[in-house]
Amino acid sequence: MTPFTFTRAVDASDALTRASDVGARYFGGGTNLVDLMRETVEQPTTLIDVTGLSTTIAETTDGGLMIGAAVTNTALAEHRAVRTHYPVLSRAIVAGASAQIRNMATVGGNLLQRTRCTYFYDVEGSRCNKRQPGQGCDAIGGFNRIHAILGASPSCVATHPSDMCVALAALDALVHLSSVSGTRTLPLTELHRLPGEHPAIETMLEPGELITAIELPAMPMAARSAYRKVRDRASYAFALVSVAAALEVEDGRVKDVRLALGGVAHKPWRAFRAEAALRGGPATVAAFTAAAQVELADAQPLRDNGFKVELAKRTIAAVLADLAGVSA
Amino acid sequence: MSITVNGLPVPLPSDPRVSLLDMLREDLHLPGTKKGCNQGACGACTVLVDGQRILSCLALAVQYDGRAVMTVEGLAQGGELHPLQAAFVEHDGFQCGYCTPGQLCSAIGMAAEVKRGVPSHVTGDLSAETIALDREELRERMSGNLCRCGAHNGIVDAIFEVYAETEAAE
Ligand SMILES: Cc1cc2nc3c(=O)[nH]c(=O)nc-3n(C[C@H](O)[C@H](O)[C@H](O)COP(=O)(O)OP(=O)(O)OC[C@H]3O[C@@H](n4cnc5c(N)ncnc54)[C@H](O)[C@@H]3O)c2cc1C
Ligand code: SF4
Ligand code: FES
Ligand code: FES
Repeated sequence: MTPFTFTRAVDASDALTRASDVGARYFGGGTNLVDLMRETVEQPTTLIDVTGLSTTIAETTDGGLMIGAAVTNTALAEHRAVRTHYPVLSRAIVAGASAQIRNMATVGGNLLQRTRCTYFYDVEGSRCNKRQPGQGCDAIGGFNRIHAILGASPSCVATHPSDMCVALAALDALVHLSSVSGTRTLPLTELHRLPGEHPAIETMLEPGELITAIELPAMPMAARSAYRKVRDRASYAFALVSVAAALEVEDGRVKDVRLALGGVAHKPWRAFRAEAALRGGPATVAAFTAAAQVELADAQPLRDNGFKVELAKRTIAAVLADLAGVSA
Repeated sequence: MSITVNGLPVPLPSDPRVSLLDMLREDLHLPGTKKGCNQGACGACTVLVDGQRILSCLALAVQYDGRAVMTVEGLAQGGELHPLQAAFVEHDGFQCGYCTPGQLCSAIGMAAEVKRGVPSHVTGDLSAETIALDREELRERMSGNLCRCGAHNGIVDAIFEVYAETEAAE
């Protein structure tokens, strides 16, 4: 590990002041950053511990929830209001990592965790445009079973590994940000970027910008929501494909729907096209399957991950069928 | 800057790069906590911080300034094994023993989570106030602790004996 200094921020404005240093990085639970620093993928010169930021989960005036950036993944998953009003979020969190890691990990860190592409981690042996812009991408011609099928580029085919973010994308979550020039909010679906020509730039954050909270708008339909994760073993593994969905059916028709996919792209993938195809239509397995086709129509599988296309379609149809109470 | 380890205050390392795991093993000569993968994938390094189970390999020691760490060395009291340690012996909950300290600390943290009502991936009803620790719940909740000897059946039996009963009796 490259030497660094470790400091602790007492609150958001203190964190921003400390972050003026060029080599400074915020530090949540450390479960991703410590690993990346040990592998020298990341070499910050200053770490700013931001676990002193808000750890509260509070109801907002319009009936939603405001979740502090330092809330742990466990605390969010176990919160009564989340379990009742946004079960997809509890489900997504407990489907991720292990209990020990969820106890350490923060909301802010989960959002900004980096890809698990093995070439990205392999500093000595592999070329990676994300780690070293312009170097090339060894995943494209290499082992790419876990890589992206949607929205990738000739520069990078990595996926965003978070489960929690997939649920947040489906729930219309807003990310509250703070920087020296002020505060702003971004929809979670617009926080992460597609790789394009600059895969090293992963989010819309300005340098030094801090995540202070996540806001969930009130969404009564989310009381009926679900998360399904398909992985190589039953527990403690990243998603090959995952689906977060909320569904409202009235008189056999889809009144409203939210759908997002994980494990398929460089960002949590909100399935806007499938949602549009579903709204107002029949709540049948045939319609769910057709909507999944629409979403995956532009999928571009690589050498090893063609299976993800069919897997994503089937998982979408199965989750929606479950929520609608119709058999697949 | 100091933390307590098994009840005793100890100074933190001056180099912030030192992981909590290396501090325990190298600086404090408490080798009970094991280094398996050093990257969060095996659970051998599990310790309790203020009663919560965490992975000491992914933790910087300085992060835990002011907190109370408990390792496997702190479980036995007055020469008596912790009931969970005794159950591991009783049920053959280990072969080589390398994963055992992590399994023990993890199980103690897990029992507290169940008591608090923290849901797991296999919990059927998220709205339930209490969660019964059946074998399926136990296996899922302990999935962050691998055992390369395959002693899982004994591990599950030992933990089940100590904690399933107490939860049910609540
Ligand atoms: C073995 C293993 C298995 C895992 N399996 C899964 C899985 O199945 N599913 C899953 O979703 N995840 C999984 N994870 C990843 C885990 O969820 C993340 O490591 C964790 O959520 C990161 O949170 P953290 O607080 O520890 O982040 P840190 O490591 O502290 O930080 C991560 C990044 O976020 C930045 N950051 C932190 N807080 C803020 C803030 N407030 N504002 C701005 N930037 C900030 C940091 O600068 C850093 O770049 C796994 C991890 C491991 C080690
Ligand atoms: S897929 Fe992206 S992260 Fe992986 S090697 Fe290629 S450029 Fe790097
Ligand atoms: S040594 Fe920490 S999880 Fe393997
Ligand atoms: S007893 Fe040998 S690793 Fe578990």
